[in-house]
Amino acid sequence: MSGYLEGILVLLAVNIVYAYGAFLPLAAGQLNIGLAGFAAIGAYSSAYVSNVYGVHPLIAIPIGGVVAALIALVVAVPVLRTRGIYLALATFALGQVVQASLLNMSAVGGAAGYPVTAFIRLPVVVGFAVVVMLLVWLLFTTRFGIAARAVHDDERVADLMGIEVRGFQVAAFALGSLISGIGGGIYAHHFSFIEAQYFNITLSITIVLYVLLGGTQTVFGPLIGAAVFTLLPELLRGSANWRYVVFAAGIIMLMALRPQGLITGGMLRRLFDWRDPFVKSPGAAKERVT
Amino acid sequence: MTAPNILELENVHKQFGGLDVIDDLTFGVRRGSRTALIGPNGAGKTTVFNLITGVYAVDRGRIHVDGVDITHVPSSRRVDHGVARSFQNVRLMPHLNALENVIVGQHSRNRGFFGVLQPVNLTRNNRWKEEARAALHDAGLGEYERAAVGSLPYGVQKRIELVRALMAHPRLLLLDEPAAGLNPAETDDLQRQLRTICEQGDVTLLVVEHDMQFVGALCEHVVVISFGKKIAEGTPKDIRQDRRVQEIYLGTPPSEPALKKEARRAS
Repeated sequence: MSGYLEGILVLLAVNIVYAYGAFLPLAAGQLNIGLAGFAAIGAYSSAYVSNVYGVHPLIAIPIGGVVAALIALVVAVPVLRTRGIYLALATFALGQVVQASLLNMSAVGGAAGYPVTAFIRLPVVVGFAVVVMLLVWLLFTTRFGIAARAVHDDERVADLMGIEVRGFQVAAFALGSLISGIGGGIYAHHFSFIEAQYFNITLSITIVLYVLLGGTQTVFGPLIGAAVFTLLPELLRGSANWRYVVFAAGIIMLMALRPQGLITGGMLRRLFDWRDPFVKSPGAAKERVT
Repeated sequence: MTAPNILELENVHKQFGGLDVIDDLTFGVRRGSRTALIGPNGAGKTTVFNLITGVYAVDRGRIHVDGVDITHVPSSRRVDHGVARSFQNVRLMPHLNALENVIVGQHSRNRGFFGVLQPVNLTRNNRWKEEARAALHDAGLGEYERAAVGSLPYGVQKRIELVRALMAHPRLLLLDEPAAGLNPAETDDLQRQLRTICEQGDVTLLVVEHDMQFVGALCEHVVVISFGKKIAEGTPKDIRQDRRVQEIYLGTPPSEPALKKEARRAS
């Protein structure tokens, strides 16, 4: 496999993991644009334990995710008091705080960046992405998934149905941070070098864009969004710098033509109904009686 | 010992910005009864529902459900005391399909750590999913199971909302204008369905409703409020003949205004 192709596939896998990290809070109705901060926490803490304590990357990366989740749990208390645009601003500020703190931490190289000695190859990277994807899919077939989406749709009614709205919001926030941290850990251990400047607001916004453009209604949205928006710029590479213009125009077009995202619940339902002869859909029921 | 009344409001007060919305309201709902709460627009009927379900905290007074003081129980825990409700404007979760909306209704019965992690949507024959599906079928809504709720007719959405509320296995069901926006045939169906629910499921019903014909046919007891105060209470028949209720809400019987108009025209 060519180095170029391998590079793209690693990037794709990392972006898919990031996208699922952004999907969890979005599915529960939170716009979190500080996820790069949690990815940075995961990247640096996993790199630290594998560099300093010689922990195997397969264990160090999940540890990085757990550290990100624990920090998320602590900050969730003040941050999730805000909502809507203020929540977005609070998470943005959080990302900036993490980035600035890492720039000043000499133990992990500060502004000079932090080399990572352990290395994981493409299959391990892809393995992580697949496991994350499967776990999120599985989570969204549980009552947790339905309740989180119910909180997104109508907090008041969810509350009266006995759903602990706040608990689900905190859980979605922390789990999203856990996954983002794992994404950061994978990145760190494949590219062997991390610097705080990489985990900036552009990364956060790009991740959120993957999910919003892919669709937040189903668990397939982040996968499709991350895939399309990682591969499309590569396909447009021939047109040199114009590709960014084409790409941005494409995003605006997509938002205008399909604001609900590429993949929606209704679209999947049509696909599945077509595949699954046992499931009745409205209208079709009557025909089958005869 | 079980109290004769499943719901008891005692001297309940609620102010919004200095305005008494609910003013020293006291009434009870007998266990197993079908009771209506009526009154003019802005009388505070929906506010009473919001106080019972904990959407708003009461300023003064107490609320008892089934003998238990729930005045300070948080809103998400009141469903554990057997209180479920529907909403004046249908409030289904727009991004969930009909079946998932009904599954949301089961939440209070299955919410521990392992309950929340039940893969209700993974296999076809999960116990909870089967139960929700059966409830939809029993209500004659089986064909809408996988439909996006936003695209369904209003009457169907109202019926799904009712099924969702019943999934919590309530002992006290609060319905906010269940017949509003339904055609006469649908109203008749609803009335029959509510009777069955109360008789078979041991459910007490408290409805806010403007359709007096519906109230008369369904309910045995009526509480009338106006400007947050109770002004009358009794059987539907008594209430129709109550002078004060006629004055402020129902209007005078048809013969009188007609006569007045005649008189005015003659003069």
